[in-house]
Amino acid sequence: MIASGAALPQANSSRQWLGSGRPLLSFKEKWALFFLMPFAAMFVAFVSYPILYALFLATDRSAYARVFADPIYARTLWNTFLFIAIGVMLKMLLALGLSSFFVLPGRAIRVIAALFILPWAVPHIPSILSIRWMLNSEWGMINNILFQVFGVDGPAWLTNPSYGMASIIAVHIWKYLPFWTMILVAARLGIPKDLYESARIDGAGSVQQFRYVTFPAIANVFLTSTMLTTIWSLGDFNSIYLLTGGGPMERTNTLATMGIRYAFRHADFQAGIVTLMSALPILVPLVIVLTRRLRRNADA
Amino acid sequence: MHEIAFKPLLRQAGLIVLGALILLWTLLPLYHMVILSLTPVGEGFAGKLWPDAPTLDNYRIVLTQDNYYLSRFWLQLGNSVLVAFTSCVFVFALSLTASFAITRLRPRFAGFASHMALITYLVPATFLAIPFYQVMGSYGLLGSRWALIITIATFATPYAIWVLQQNAGSVPRELDEAAEIDGASPWQIFRLVYLPLMVPTIVAVGAFAVMLSWNEYLYAFLLLSDEDRITLPVMLGQFLSDDSAPWPLLMVSGVLYSLPPAILYFLARRYMATGLAAGSVKG
Repeated sequence: MIASGAALPQANSSRQWLGSGRPLLSFKEKWALFFLMPFAAMFVAFVSYPILYALFLATDRSAYARVFADPIYARTLWNTFLFIAIGVMLKMLLALGLSSFFVLPGRAIRVIAALFILPWAVPHIPSILSIRWMLNSEWGMINNILFQVFGVDGPAWLTNPSYGMASIIAVHIWKYLPFWTMILVAARLGIPKDLYESARIDGAGSVQQFRYVTFPAIANVFLTSTMLTTIWSLGDFNSIYLLTGGGPMERTNTLATMGIRYAFRHADFQAGIVTLMSALPILVPLVIVLTRRLRRNADA
Repeated sequence: MHEIAFKPLLRQAGLIVLGALILLWTLLPLYHMVILSLTPVGEGFAGKLWPDAPTLDNYRIVLTQDNYYLSRFWLQLGNSVLVAFTSCVFVFALSLTASFAITRLRPRFAGFASHMALITYLVPATFLAIPFYQVMGSYGLLGSRWALIITIATFATPYAIWVLQQNAGSVPRELDEAAEIDGASPWQIFRLVYLPLMVPTIVAVGAFAVMLSWNEYLYAFLLLSDEDRITLPVMLGQFLSDDSAPWPLLMVSGVLYSLPPAILYFLARRYMATGLAAGSVKG
């Protein structure tokens, strides 16, 4: 009796809290939960679980020793640096330069723009296979042209490590330059025309107009694009694997192809994860900064 | 005086040269793909700018699967189509519901959900390939086309949610409120207000998902192994370092495989331009 009597007010107050007070989830929030359920289930099963699994694999201390002792690893880090430092920078500077061409008026420019986007629209594998054949040092079209026009034997585009990296960077730029150029063109077309008019009235030449009107207006988009493409270029597997396969002698791998190689050719999943995780010091800060930037821009 | 008339002319000439260089750089690999596909199989090693005796016979061989290397061409192309469309349906189902909840129902956990979607969108898929393979193994899905479909859905949905979320602002909230006053349930608002008004963005998101799936090589190659289940890119990749393979025939399949996304792009260009610009960067 005493026990139940003591329990009674408690039960009462909790019912009150559930009834007249704020319920845990509002009507709309219950519906929101229902609508978010499919995505949440997918996220848990196919994003969270793999990430946790990767972290579990990375707890194998001996894998670090195996990776760091591999002489190919240092080469791979250097290649990744070259790929990002030269590939991404060159691509974004070319995109910025070419955006000046594609914002010009005229029908011919529209036609060129439509064709220019093709490398991005066409699937990776057929076009890279075509380039691979084209760059073959013995029977490829490029060296054939070099021989016929200049009478010289062209370099071993794919079987010399330095030319191999250069070819990889060229293919990466060929594939992704159109997309980023068009992003910058879209940003530039959004700049109000009267800004240019007043600049012209103030006597600004085309260089000054770019310096004082165009660039400040698109600097934000340019920076965001550069960070996005840095992240995604770290994950570019196709441009390397399909072109040189990481060879010759594993000298043209980046972290992405090396990680996959450890895991699936040497069946060393731990070493694969450790290799890919070497990119985290760049990847994590970029993801954090970009998440903030994109969300801030979206809210504005 | 002379100089003033000369300058625009010089500028015009410069632009023409630049345009020609852009086209040469852009089209050369694609041109090479096309002419190699027209070259008789025995002449594939000549590296010519134009084949001596161009032939369409290669196309006949591929379309009738009249060669050992391409004996499953239609089946593998069918696999690509199946994976592309099924994953597109999944992306729609997952992203439309989630983006509706985040932007229209606005629960307290909306920010968290959209944050998770955005982070998943930013992480390169390659970095998850190793654990993904293992996880698919633990679900018993390795070798199944479902594994690839789920993969595409996993990586395309976050982007789709993000783009839909960006464009949902263009659907006036007053419409939701009016429907609510008329007694519509959230499900009815979703179906009768949200979906019809989001059609342009849905087209963009669908085109993106199909293109992503059509392009996928790494995951298709890791998750599928059976000759009858692989997609066309995996088949093409098998001959990567095989110089004795009939490359002109591979290029025929390459040309045929490239046509659908190129056409899709030109058809959906108007939609995709807005979707992509809003999705990747918004200044």
